[in-house]
Amino acid sequence: MEVQVHGKSTIVNLIPRFYDVTGGELRIDGVNIKEVPQKELRAKIGFVPQKGMLFSGTIASNIKYGNPEASEEQMKFAARIAQAEEFINNKEETYDSPISQGGTNVSGGQKQRLSIARAIAIDPEIFVFDDSFSALDLKTDVNLRNALAKETKNKTVIIVAQRISTILNADQIIVLEEGKMVGKGTHEELMKSCEPYREIALSQLGEEELE
Amino acid sequence: MSQTNVKRPPMGGRGPGRGPAPVEKAQDFKGTTKKLAKEYLAKYKVAIAIVLIFAVGSTIFTIVGPKILGNATTEIYNGIVSKLSGGTGIDFSKIATILLTLLGLYVISAIFSFIQGFVMTGVSQKITYRLRNDIVAKINRLPMHYFDKKTHGEVLSIITNDIDTVSQNLNQSITQIITSICTIIGILIMMFSISWTMTLISLFILPITAVIVKIVVGKSQKYFASQQEYLGHVNGQVEEIYGGHTIVKAFNGEEQAIKEFETANDTLYHSAWKSQFLSGLIHPVMNFVGNVGYVAVAILGGYLAIKGRITVGNIQSFIQYNKQFTQPINQIAQVSSMLQSMVAAAERVFIFLEEKEEVKDVKKPVSTEGLKGNVTFEHVQFGYDDDKVIINDFNATVKDGQKIAIVGPTGAGKTTMVKLLMRFYDVTKGAILIDGYNIKDFNRGELRKMFGMVLQDTWLFNGTIKENIKYGNPKATDNEVIEAAKAAHVHHFIKTLPKSYDMVIGEESANISAGQKQLMTIARVILTDPKILILDEATSSIDTRTEQQIQAAMDNLMKGRTSFIIAHRLSTIKNADLILVMDHGDIVEQGTHKELLEKDGFYAKLYNSQFEECEDEIE
Repeated sequence: MEVQVHGKSTIVNLIPRFYDVTGGELRIDGVNIKEVPQKELRAKIGFVPQKGMLFSGTIASNIKYGNPEASEEQMKFAARIAQAEEFINNKEETYDSPISQGGTNVSGGQKQRLSIARAIAIDPEIFVFDDSFSALDLKTDVNLRNALAKETKNKTVIIVAQRISTILNADQIIVLEEGKMVGKGTHEELMKSCEPYREIALSQLGEEELE
Repeated sequence: MSQTNVKRPPMGGRGPGRGPAPVEKAQDFKGTTKKLAKEYLAKYKVAIAIVLIFAVGSTIFTIVGPKILGNATTEIYNGIVSKLSGGTGIDFSKIATILLTLLGLYVISAIFSFIQGFVMTGVSQKITYRLRNDIVAKINRLPMHYFDKKTHGEVLSIITNDIDTVSQNLNQSITQIITSICTIIGILIMMFSISWTMTLISLFILPITAVIVKIVVGKSQKYFASQQEYLGHVNGQVEEIYGGHTIVKAFNGEEQAIKEFETANDTLYHSAWKSQFLSGLIHPVMNFVGNVGYVAVAILGGYLAIKGRITVGNIQSFIQYNKQFTQPINQIAQVSSMLQSMVAAAERVFIFLEEKEEVKDVKKPVSTEGLKGNVTFEHVQFGYDDDKVIINDFNATVKDGQKIAIVGPTGAGKTTMVKLLMRFYDVTKGAILIDGYNIKDFNRGELRKMFGMVLQDTWLFNGTIKENIKYGNPKATDNEVIEAAKAAHVHHFIKTLPKSYDMVIGEESANISAGQKQLMTIARVILTDPKILILDEATSSIDTRTEQQIQAAMDNLMKGRTSFIIAHRLSTIKNADLILVMDHGDIVEQGTHKELLEKDGFYAKLYNSQFEECEDEIE
């Protein structure tokens, strides 16, 4: 399931229960998330925020943040999927390279990739990407999504996205406008049935590419 | 480039090499003091001389006090003795004269110290006023690369903390040094004039106190240092955990965070406890030693008075002097640490003021009037550091009105080109020409006036929307503002706001989206009517509708102007007259979309990897 446009970050914040729903219910595998202990719930969710947020320490300590017991292998695997391996290996101290407070010594794209690696490292059931690909260039974005697609075959992935290209392959796209759902379906279905979605797609990809 | 190694107060965090120092020390105490005296204090020679005279005067009058008061005591004592032996008793009129004289002296002393304080405050405030002006002027003259190396916090701390320290300490330390030294000398003279044996005893106490204080301070200093250090850690941790609140929660890091915090907090507690206890110990210990000396002096004084070598009043004045004696000594110790931190702060200020400035503007600048916006790059070479060239030999000719797309993977240095064009940095070799004129031959201000920039990070200041749009062209009329807003597709939105164009924007106005803010900055650029445009196409965090508006507004803006676009959008790249392909900071290819695809080089690869998939999927 994937989401698009207005009010989306809010929805994403509801899944790990940063906020509770005011009305209605949010269920995972049929269980109301209010009935799951917060800790257990969150251990199942790989959350990647909009802005890559790192802690002071090393690259390794950041990737392993949610899963301190992760093995060397797991850590490297997470970095590889997140397309972070190359730049990490280019650093002198590789995984032991220091990260300063707020991660000011790595670039925005690198921060985001490390945040993604951190989420992969806990091996969650559900991935939540809150517009997490925006700081990446298109090439890295594509590679990352390909790698992630293999890894996440049996997992639920919720992506908040601006770029249509990010979500073309989604099983289900939800189009939100001003907090309300205005369309639901695959890319092809929405192109036919959902006017706001069509507009967005056209503006981003251009007429010729869509045809 | 003089890198300062002055230790700063801890800012928190566990970064390498962040050791806080307990007492700030200037690296070049003498040099900085001289500079401060010569460049800033010298101007106020007369005022400082007045301060000196009045400070000395005020102290002298205070010092004489106890001696005269002693005379009154002696008078009373003599009176009582004579009364007991059947004499005239106390001579009240004489005592009254003495007391009145004393009152007069104290009043004069107070007036003197008032005048002294008045003049000194004026001087120190004027100096800080000048320092602040100098710093702000300096900021605008510094080259951009200075700020690449320094954080905002560091520069801000110079303007706020360091200047504050200089101002406060300057005011207090100068007068305190004068009065303290005067008092010590004066009191010594008075004490010796009363009795040299008693003076020697009280002087003997001093080294004992000094040794004790030294031992205690030495011990506590160690704990002070670790207190400071762990205070930094604790603050840093709180800042970080709070800043990364969502992540801590999302990854169940609460317990770990609390555990880490407790460890740091525990260490802080222990070192703080010890340092505070030890420093608290100094006073009682000193008091005790002082009191022992006091008793000794009193006994000796009594003995001498019985012997008739001194009067009773003398004992009283001597004890008073003795009590007063330790005060200026403490004061000098205090002032010396005050001076230290003042000079350290002043040093940072001076280092900042002496930073290398942007190359001065040319003597006979070329006027930008009538220029069209043809841009030529001739063998441009550039590197942020001299030993690391990132643009090697770049040549290109851009005709006015053309669109130039700058593309490349993340971190390829796309903004470097922009910074060179606007002369935030100067090229190391070669030249950039506008209509045949080297951009180094323009005044920076004029040159930059030719450019309009729309960046991803919008910058709006605290003021009304109208003021914000008029920022680059304050003379614009209201109608022009509205026209610009219309061209930027933001007029309708502004109309829906409570006060429309007069609505005040806070720095982080919650009710205006990032996209609307960007539209306003586009309106601002439209109003300045620049010849050359620099656009950074947004990639993130703007909803699609607004993005369309921004696109339309940018299209409006680009009409008839030379535009450099940091491009992410396929349509922009395809329509560009020239594409500059950058990788690892260097321009690796240039040409039109078609040419570059035919060349089948880096661009073709980049293009295919980025866009082929999208197209495949759509087919």
